[in-house]
Amino acid sequence: MKGIKNIFAEFWGIIGVGILIGILAPLLQYLGNPPNMGICVACFERDIAGAIGFHRAAVVQYIRPEIIGFVLGSMIAAFLFKEFKPRLGSAPIVRFFLGVFAMIGALVFLGCPWRAALRLAGGDGTAIVGLLGLVFGVWIGTLFLKGGYSLGRTQPTHHSAGWMLPLFMVGLLVLMLIFPQIPGKDKNELLFYSMKGPGSLHAPLAISLGVGLLIGFLAQRSRFCTMGAIRDFVLFRSIHLLSGFLALILTAFVVNFILGQFRPGFAGQPVAHTMHLWNFAGMALSGLAYCLAGGCPGRQLFLSGEGDGDAAVFVLGMIVGAGISHNFGLASSPTGVGPYGIPAVIIGLLVCLFIGFTMRKRIA
Amino acid sequence: MAKTVDARGLSCPQPVLMTLDEIKGGSADELLVMVDNEASKENVSRAAKSQGWKIADIHEAEGVFNITLRKE
Repeated sequence: MKGIKNIFAEFWGIIGVGILIGILAPLLQYLGNPPNMGICVACFERDIAGAIGFHRAAVVQYIRPEIIGFVLGSMIAAFLFKEFKPRLGSAPIVRFFLGVFAMIGALVFLGCPWRAALRLAGGDGTAIVGLLGLVFGVWIGTLFLKGGYSLGRTQPTHHSAGWMLPLFMVGLLVLMLIFPQIPGKDKNELLFYSMKGPGSLHAPLAISLGVGLLIGFLAQRSRFCTMGAIRDFVLFRSIHLLSGFLALILTAFVVNFILGQFRPGFAGQPVAHTMHLWNFAGMALSGLAYCLAGGCPGRQLFLSGEGDGDAAVFVLGMIVGAGISHNFGLASSPTGVGPYGIPAVIIGLLVCLFIGFTMRKRIA
Repeated sequence: MAKTVDARGLSCPQPVLMTLDEIKGGSADELLVMVDNEASKENVSRAAKSQGWKIADIHEAEGVFNITLRKE
């Protein structure tokens, strides 16, 4: 399949992928996923962290098959098109902490860029502030990029190194199949399952996994990235990735309208709060961290599927960050930010600025 | 003599930034850009075209794409 021109990387390809995600995400909500959370990479990784007991927030514990599908779908595409290239070594420990703080920021806002888009498309006005924060954070990141910021070169590595995160995802799926939820119980021998709250709301496993695989496959081909959408527009005035992101928002808006899921307003939106300043700042922190790490949380999963070990470390950082967020009261809830959410965002911004200012190009 | 941009091991946007630096600031009218992943190959090609340069040649050797860009 190597010789086939990659149509998904063309203009209509990326728009097509945006439209498809815009259809599937609201449909997942219709089929059981939480409101305005058809697909949220940050929230779903947080749910996975909860399911394996990294945090004990009882309302957000479930192994989300969408995340597993994203990685494995991308890996299938990468193998089919000979793009599976195991590589790592571009400052992995820095990427780990960027992942941690990206998650901390995301859980102050209550969503990643994907969910910000879906919240907006569902009528949640508070998402506007979050998206502005995202743009602001990415814009700061582009200033560092223009100033020569670089985490350095990757090195090709063993094939098996590229398999690590995909195998971890297979492991999660196997665990979920061996230890399914016992009806009426919040825990079986191994895994935690939410009885109420967003973690208890999910589409059937096979559908979630299938949608995840499909999106993972197509996103690998099209290089779909919500952070790159903003970054490339700011840096190069390139509308390529942006057109995919906008297609997602517009399509999700139409589909929500058709399914009766569009409820405009600011107050009382599902799994959201109205502390606008911290919605902005949380997303600014996330946006900066995604930009410094080279991809939105979705893109990091797709890259992991291609064998990018550094992206995999970022993903693990996000999962650990979810544990930190919920264990230490950093994560927001519909009533507002957590007790330590504000200092955590400030520390996160300082850490990202430190990384941005000090890691300049000295690449041989 | 073509100038070389070695962006192996780097992921976007860095290969594109390095290429655009040469296109906009450099005096060369031919560039050899080396990248090692498909996404960078596509992005560099797209960026060069948007600057009115043309892709003269792309050949792959040992996992590296050698992209020759020429000013129109």
